[in-house]
Amino acid sequence: MPFSDEALPRLRADAADIIGRYPRARSALLPLLHLVQSEEGYVSDDGIAFCAEMLGITKTEVKGVSTFYTMYKDRPVGEYQLGVCTNTLCAIMGGDEIYAALTEHLGADPHGDAHHDVVSPDGKVGLERVECNAACDYAPVVMVNWEFFDNMTPDSARQLVDDLRAGNDVRSTRGPDRLCTWKQASRILAGFGDGQAAEGPSAGPASLVGLELAKEHGWTAPEPAGGTK
Amino acid sequence: MTDTLTPVLTAHWDEPDSFRLAGYERTGGYQGLRKALAMPPDDVIAAVKNSVLRGRGGAGFPTGVKWSFIPQGDGKPHYLTVNADESEPGTCKDVPLMMATPHTLIEGAIITCYAIRAGHAFIYIRGEVLHVVRRLQLAVAEAYEAGYLGKNILGSGFDLDIVVHAGAGAYICGEETALLTSLEGYRGLPRNRPPFPAVEGLYASPTVINNVESISSVPSIMLDGWDWFAELGTEKSKGFGIFSLSGHVTHPGQYEAPLGITLRELLDLAGGIRAGHRLKFWTPGGSSTPLLTDAHLDVPLDFESVAAAGSMLGTRALQIFDETTCVVRATLRWTEFYQHESCGKCTPCREGAYWLVRAIERIEQGKGTDEDLETILDVGDNIIGRAFCALGDAVPVPFSSAVKYFRDEIIQHQKEGGCPFDPAATTLWADR
Repeated sequence: MPFSDEALPRLRADAADIIGRYPRARSALLPLLHLVQSEEGYVSDDGIAFCAEMLGITKTEVKGVSTFYTMYKDRPVGEYQLGVCTNTLCAIMGGDEIYAALTEHLGADPHGDAHHDVVSPDGKVGLERVECNAACDYAPVVMVNWEFFDNMTPDSARQLVDDLRAGNDVRSTRGPDRLCTWKQASRILAGFGDGQAAEGPSAGPASLVGLELAKEHGWTAPEPAGGTK
Repeated sequence: MTDTLTPVLTAHWDEPDSFRLAGYERTGGYQGLRKALAMPPDDVIAAVKNSVLRGRGGAGFPTGVKWSFIPQGDGKPHYLTVNADESEPGTCKDVPLMMATPHTLIEGAIITCYAIRAGHAFIYIRGEVLHVVRRLQLAVAEAYEAGYLGKNILGSGFDLDIVVHAGAGAYICGEETALLTSLEGYRGLPRNRPPFPAVEGLYASPTVINNVESISSVPSIMLDGWDWFAELGTEKSKGFGIFSLSGHVTHPGQYEAPLGITLRELLDLAGGIRAGHRLKFWTPGGSSTPLLTDAHLDVPLDFESVAAAGSMLGTRALQIFDETTCVVRATLRWTEFYQHESCGKCTPCREGAYWLVRAIERIEQGKGTDEDLETILDVGDNIIGRAFCALGDAVPVPFSSAVKYFRDEIIQHQKEGGCPFDPAATTLWADR
């Protein structure tokens, strides 16, 4: 479905803003793809045509890029998209069990295509496997709309799915007070903040273990030669 | 005698407003920048050279030397791109850094741009860490408002714009030339070198690409002096770094220490291997660095010593596995990862990863043959050195190093017709 008369001028203004950030317009393609995904929840043919028009390149060129990157979806995903890390470290710490538990919980084939994926019948929750998400000290990790859910178990993951489907309040362990939707997340990635950056902790507990130990023992980096800072 | 842990980058992560400008300035933030702006740019490069700061993204190339490769007076625009695409399996230091103290990175980026005479910087951050993207966006906005970015920064006459650019899911974009191709709006394919990015990088202009932790180390070098930095660490691996412990340890997490600390020391700090178990194998710096075992507990974790032990320091991503873990399961998963993330540009990596996965799968299922094992090693030898970029070189690394230390265990799969390990025993909740 082509973008509506309401959406089109708004998206064009956003696109102009994005293109203006870069010395060369083509650099804006990744954020533009995040932008069209924020409108429709995935990168549709219309989204591709929009990006092509904004940059004066062909639709084939845009599609060649969008299909390279796993975060761009070519079909609708969940309003809340779960990514279970099943790279080695998380898998071994329990990610494989969590993924199996969630596929069963959502009534899907646990041996199905690892990256294209499962969506609950109400469209609320989607499930995919993700690669290492840079949170190994919190393994096993589940992402929801790219927010961290640390130290998960099969039980806590099932509860998370139930809460999301029931519309209950769900909070990331290292994220803002309110979990945004998949579309809203894509808009942030396009460079348009949602005002939630200052919410949530500076760091999670595992990030602080070394610092706390150093404080306990009075360990510090040496003083610079000129005395204290 | 230097203390065991030396928090510098991590020193203020426990403060509730560490990610805000006010919190950062309260703890000395942007003082290094003020000092740098009072110096000629070449002196800033010299200071970083003298500190012998080596790249913290894995390769360990001296940061100041890289900066000095940028041709000056060439009339071309210069660029800085910060590699914030942290995706190497096991690596989890840049993400908490940018979440807790994004201004450290911004300050370092401004100093770097001043030194290399760049007017535009890009922070290429992987898109899968939404709250970190928010924190960077906020930090950049605050820095503009405070006059640390934009025109005539702090009255110095120096102008700089920084753009936070969110990637879209592709491990290969952590490879510096693929990152540039991606930032130019294309599929993230690596480029041939030479020309190196310092000569022809972003938009074929001179470009410095540095890892988040490298750039974030620059403000403290400016403020406290290159000699202060170089006093820490080992002879050729100076300074401090964040060591990330994950897996079967009692207290996984981030430990900032001088380079040269050992895994034995780090495990002591982290409460040891989880109760009732013992160390089996570990990666010193991510999945692309060959496995080490309990025979390597006392290897100083610096570039030279880890290389001498047959591996690489990499990103100091210490993934720890105890005796419940099947080395075939672990290394097959990493090989599948490389297959998934191979960009497809060159045949050895694209095809080699595919066939390695097939053969290792057979071994895991107990259907492997002696020939399979030889084929795997042979295919691996034929990928290394023939692939376009370092991703290809990494493809055979996990399994080949597993063969080196655990050949009997691999053959046992064949003898028993399947995996002799119980996967349920490895989990976080297995012993609860």
